Amino acid sequence: MATIAVKAVELNKWFGDGETRTFAVRDASFEAYFGEVLYIVGPSGSGKTTLLSIISGILRPNTGQVMVEGRDLWSLSDDAIADFRLEKVGFVFQDYHLFPRLTTAENVAIPLILKKINWDEALKVAGEYLEIVGLQDKVGLPPVKLSGGEQQRVAIARAIASHPDILIFDEPTASLDGDTGKRIVSFIKEKILNDKRCIIIVTHDSRIFEYADRIMNMEDGKISGLRNGGVHES
Amino acid sequence: MTGILKVAFKLLVNDKGKFFALLIGITFAVFLMVMMTSMFAGILKRASATVLNVGAKVWVMDPAVNNVVSTIPMPDYVLDAARSIQGVKYAVPLYSGAALVKLKSGPYQAVTILGLDDATLFGRPQLLEGKIEDIYAENAFFVVKDSEFSKLDNPKLGTEFEINDHRGTIVGIAKVNTSGLFGIPTLYTTFNRAITYIPSTRFTAGYVLIEPKTETAVPFIKAEVAKLGYEALTKDDFIKKISDFYTYHTGLGTNVMLMTIISFLVGLSISGQTFYTFILENLEKFGALKAIGAKGSELIAMILFQAIFTALTAYGLGVGLATLMITVARLRLPDYAAEITYFNLGLAFVMALIIAAISSYIGIRKVIRIEPFDIFRG
Repeated sequence: MATIAVKAVELNKWFGDGETRTFAVRDASFEAYFGEVLYIVGPSGSGKTTLLSIISGILRPNTGQVMVEGRDLWSLSDDAIADFRLEKVGFVFQDYHLFPRLTTAENVAIPLILKKINWDEALKVAGEYLEIVGLQDKVGLPPVKLSGGEQQRVAIARAIASHPDILIFDEPTASLDGDTGKRIVSFIKEKILNDKRCIIIVTHDSRIFEYADRIMNMEDGKISGLRNGGVHES
Repeated sequence: MTGILKVAFKLLVNDKGKFFALLIGITFAVFLMVMMTSMFAGILKRASATVLNVGAKVWVMDPAVNNVVSTIPMPDYVLDAARSIQGVKYAVPLYSGAALVKLKSGPYQAVTILGLDDATLFGRPQLLEGKIEDIYAENAFFVVKDSEFSKLDNPKLGTEFEINDHRGTIVGIAKVNTSGLFGIPTLYTTFNRAITYIPSTRFTAGYVLIEPKTETAVPFIKAEVAKLGYEALTKDDFIKKISDFYTYHTGLGTNVMLMTIISFLVGLSISGQTFYTFILENLEKFGALKAIGAKGSELIAMILFQAIFTALTAYGLGVGLATLMITVARLRLPDYAAEITYFNLGLAFVMALIIAAISSYIGIRKVIRIEPFDIFRG
């Protein structure tokens, strides 16, 4: 039986008060497991990103719990939640958010540096992760000298460099052409996923649905369905 | 340097355009602040030149005297009374006044005349040429070889001039630590010759110089002099009184203060604006760092480090530039009155740190408010 990586219980998140109150996430409960790729899909404004932010320790819910390793994430202090993100979660942002003034290796080393690993050691480890994503020859280049797909891979290397249990991808193919997008997601599934890691991907892109183990649909802040992946939807 | 500060350092210096804009802004501000305050310090030091050069420990004067050139002559009994105060080792009169000398070449030149006590020559300058006892020769004067020396046609031993229809002869060429403020040459002679050759009022002693037996006697001496209706000041007190006069009772202090504040504001506006732009450009990256797991304190440390590093580098450059400028100016303009003091350096340092603090405060406010959720939301 698969082990639960994240368990969301009755999550609610709203913005505004009184008549202006708008629910971004409503009564969301689900489980994500180690060893799976879980997609969160749905139209714009359906609450995917808000839900992703809540379960990754970025946005505090108004009600509900996020259980990780048997404890409620949102009962922790701000610093402990920051530590949780650093130790347990790897992020790949839609726009990558790489530092253009740092080299690719230095970008990848950032989570390690935040974990107080010695600069030279962090750069060495970063080089190893750049090798995993096939960018060993780009170590000393700034990200602006790389293509979109290569920048995406640098962002992946940065996300996995700190050995996170949970990997969060926000629209990983949004800035890539179809083939590159598929190659990236295929790479994620084949090389990055393992049975001690859970990967959660928010996407609109139906071309990559075939790589999902499960797909969770959201509409108007509610989880409207959960199905197995691997089916290419048009 | 810890890793996160090294990241901050690389983010800063690799953005060469902004880094240099920041450096130039703060360097310029520090340069102006150091220059302004150094010129003021130089002026104040020169204003106290006579006090510094004569070197007496205690000066007795009329309480209305507020700077060394505006002497108010005191009656002779003040000297006698000063000599009789317990704790006074000795007391001598000093003549300080101005006169016009007519040079051999024809023109008149204003000079400062210092008349030293005939018996002791207390406060005499160090001689470069001539012998000290020659001051007692007929018509004898020492001339100070400073930046104003050439205004007396570069006199030599034996050079003659006319002073109030008396003949004057240069018998010694002296040097002093500090030149005067008003750009006129200085002549030394004896007290009696000074009051004989130069038109004098009924009272003649501008100052009575006191050497106390011990430092502890000074308060008592001050009290006794005050009973006479006069004022006894230590050398430092007198220098402070002169500085206070120029600082608070002329427009000089206000103008220098205004210029220093303007320099500070120029530096602050350039630095603040550039740093703010720098932070804005990197705001999303800071948000991403926050999302990855950087704590607020680490982001604050990064920004503070960037601001302080820039401020200190610019401070060094600004001080170096000001020092270079003053050195070059002194080589070209002997009269140039500017002096870099520890106070000036400290003031500019504090100002540079305030620029860094305010600039970084603006950045910190932005970075602290950025929510990682905004990064996700795009």
